[in-house]
Amino acid sequence: MARATPDIPNASMADIAFLLLTFFLVTTTISNDRGLSIQLPPPPEAQPPEDVKVQERNIFKVQVNSADRVLIEGEPMEDLSGLKEMIKKFVLNNGADPNSSDSPDKAIVSFKTDRGTSHKKFIEMLDICQAAYYDIYAERAGLSGSMEEMNKKFREIASDLANPANKEIYERAREGIPMQISIAEPTKVGGN
Amino acid sequence: MSKFKKKANVKQDIPTSSMPDVVFMLLFFFMVTTQLRETSIEVQQRIPEATQLRKLQRKTLVTNLYIGKPVKVEQYGEEPKIQANDTFIEPSGIGKWVNAERDKLREDEREQLTVSLKVDSEAKRGIIVDVETELRKANARKLLYNTREFSKNNR
Repeated sequence: MARATPDIPNASMADIAFLLLTFFLVTTTISNDRGLSIQLPPPPEAQPPEDVKVQERNIFKVQVNSADRVLIEGEPMEDLSGLKEMIKKFVLNNGADPNSSDSPDKAIVSFKTDRGTSHKKFIEMLDICQAAYYDIYAERAGLSGSMEEMNKKFREIASDLANPANKEIYERAREGIPMQISIAEPTKVGGN
Repeated sequence: MSKFKKKANVKQDIPTSSMPDVVFMLLFFFMVTTQLRETSIEVQQRIPEATQLRKLQRKTLVTNLYIGKPVKVEQYGEEPKIQANDTFIEPSGIGKWVNAERDKLREDEREQLTVSLKVDSEAKRGIIVDVETELRKANARKLLYNTREFSKNNR
């Protein structure tokens, strides 16, 4: 007796697969966990109120007011394209210019905003400050390529510190040049 | 002349036998990457752009705070608000929220909690600073300002 072969009709399988595919295509949100990372200072009350004397020359002042206007070292600045180079020069001054920093580990970029400053401007300025430091690190890490490529490579390395080889490069690049961007308590001219 | 004739003889079928495989591969890709959003975001989210992005490796350690003008302006007003999970919270409630988020993590990873701030471009620094102060008090000091990759057509 010839046995009936137990077939499952599979002509509709492709349709089902496409339907599922379409469903997941539509509902997918590939999460975007990328951005500017910073470390907040310890809680206000935990810090003993000590007078830290930092010499004027070691501070690079960046101020933004409630109308998103920028002051760099007390001077208004409209075109921010040269700011990154200014910060790099300031950090790597090593005492050459008496008005600029003593050494990279003493250099501090002080970034002060107002409560009315928009988040967009804040991110733009913080981005420039971090870019200056990442450029310096990338150069010291001895990566290859253009400045932009080096910077990108370095940030990829810095994002994956679980890898010991990456950690080694990262620590070597940062040796003696900590990223000291101080985000000061904002003034209260604009906003609530 | 004979050139044209030859061409006509070539078989013109595209092999379709591998199509199911391709479809299934795509299907699995999207199944794996999909995150069904359990919260709907009630505040405006036009995330600013930046160039110096850093990627976060451990997604389980990340928790989101959304800040921006409420979408339902007539109900909640024009002032930017803070959304955590499904509800609006005041800055004073952040400490409690951080602790609740910490409890979701494994015990040895609690200190590594990273707060990702998804802030609308138009929000003011004032409210963000209030949030930061509360985060400092709660000792959740790893912070990420969520941004998009900078595209060349503005700034």
